[in-house]
Amino acid sequence: MELTALTISEIRDRLTRRQVSAEELVRAHLARIEEKDGEVRAYLHLSPERALEQARRIDQLVAAGEPLPPLAGVPVAVKDVILTRGTRTTCASRILENYLAPYDATAVERLEAAGAAIVGKTNCDEFAMGSSTENSGFFATRNPHDLTRVPGGSSGGSAAAVAANLATVSLGSDTGGSIRQPAALCGIVGMMGTYGRVSRYGLVAFASSLDHIGPFGRSVRDVALVLEIIAGRDPRDSTSADVPVPHYVAALEEDVRGLKIGVPKEYFAGLSPEIGDNIQKGIDLLAGLGCQVEPISLPHTDYAIGCYYIICTAEASSNLARYDGIRYGFRSPEYADLRDMYKKTRNRGFGAEVKRRIMLGTYVLSSGYYDAYYLKAQKVRTLIARDFVEAFDDVDVIVTPTSPIPAFKLGERVDDPLQMYLADIYTVTASLAGIPGISVPCGRTKSEPHLPVGMQILAKHFDEARLLQVAHAFEKAGGFEVA
Amino acid sequence: MALTEKDVRYVAELAHLELTEEEVKKFLPQLDSILQYMQKLNELDTAQVEPMAQVTYPAAENPALRADQPHPTFRQDEALGNAPESDAGCFKVPRVIERE
Repeated sequence: MELTALTISEIRDRLTRRQVSAEELVRAHLARIEEKDGEVRAYLHLSPERALEQARRIDQLVAAGEPLPPLAGVPVAVKDVILTRGTRTTCASRILENYLAPYDATAVERLEAAGAAIVGKTNCDEFAMGSSTENSGFFATRNPHDLTRVPGGSSGGSAAAVAANLATVSLGSDTGGSIRQPAALCGIVGMMGTYGRVSRYGLVAFASSLDHIGPFGRSVRDVALVLEIIAGRDPRDSTSADVPVPHYVAALEEDVRGLKIGVPKEYFAGLSPEIGDNIQKGIDLLAGLGCQVEPISLPHTDYAIGCYYIICTAEASSNLARYDGIRYGFRSPEYADLRDMYKKTRNRGFGAEVKRRIMLGTYVLSSGYYDAYYLKAQKVRTLIARDFVEAFDDVDVIVTPTSPIPAFKLGERVDDPLQMYLADIYTVTASLAGIPGISVPCGRTKSEPHLPVGMQILAKHFDEARLLQVAHAFEKAGGFEVA
Repeated sequence: MALTEKDVRYVAELAHLELTEEEVKKFLPQLDSILQYMQKLNELDTAQVEPMAQVTYPAAENPALRADQPHPTFRQDEALGNAPESDAGCFKVPRVIERE
């Protein structure tokens, strides 16, 4: 088997048996990136020295017969909105083109302490704002299943890297679906934990009441292994939860028989059969495993997109005020005075979608509109969150499609931002409620070119173990390839 | 259309963005259609609903509080390392106060 196709457990097994060295493993990935990434364009920049240094450290442990840390030698890609000390962190924005992170994000620090090798930083929509990775200030990433199509977004580079075997696992960020949606479009597993489950220290802020860091992998077990490492309280992020982290991997094999699965009718109304048929087969498969399927209702679903885009743009307009050309980032070379410098710097440094969202956010927070938009959205958010609390009184997990559409053609949707926003309908609800969600592959579309379909599983706050258990049972039963 | 070019320019000013004429013309219908769509929320009666500003859950203690103790942070050269312009240990900024 190719070294670049291995799972974390297989890597560990081969390292322990000395069938392969960590350095060979990292070099195999760098070689594949060299060969393939010219067409996929998942990475913005690579960190081969850093990865090889870590690999040699692991090889020394092997040579000395020392116990290996849980992610020893695992090649990891990191979305470029997450800080990696001494290497560039651009958020795929021209305004941070030359920004060198002065510290590591906690998630990165924990991965490296667990033995992982950071091979590079991946492309995304600028400041994680988008659903196709076409809003990158540098270039678009392509879907490894069909290079004429988008990988989804905003964490499109991290999803494409794992799908194309250019990394074993990766980190992305999810604000309204930015891990789950590209996982679905690229045919891999992507997970967002409960709000506060993973420290965001070192994640460049987009919308602080919604931002998460989470893992991508080709198997549920790999995702569980990474989540277990990065989850948990971090004193440097006051929003990180002081809730114990269970042994997720141990929970994977628990029986799913008798679990109650809620299927919300609102997520299937108007859904195209191209996606809906696969999800129905996925649900049937879970029923075949002994799960009890129950129709449920999440009555405020229809208001989620409006609510989400008010809140996330409001928070973004505030968070992105820091890019002023003073402390870091691009500064316009010509200007008349201070205010003019701010305006020219920001107008040249930011791309169209970022400007659009700053404008929307500024508008909904501005005097005279605050109550009508922002306060209203916060109240509707309460209703959406309450829908889930009530649903989870009856069911253990909720199953839905991840995205209403499979991967679309590059350029097909860029001119209509509202249409792009509306496609986030199945993922923004969990973000607003702060509950965990995972997207798993659920077969392919019937028609050519047979694109990956993703199924989303949601659970109540801090019930990630349950969610992973159902996802793993689904994978073991062949759910990834339902047809 | 409810939004006007004047509104777009006013909001851009608030947000410290210097939009070109072309951008104003492009953003106007886009922002207008998105804001119209957002008004869908008005179908819901929220008079008795509390706003949700953040995700909350029951935790043992309030994790937002920590001991108030000094700890090391960035060195001056690290803090200035990404500045577009700096000098003598300071960020250089355009003149803000006019001389008489």
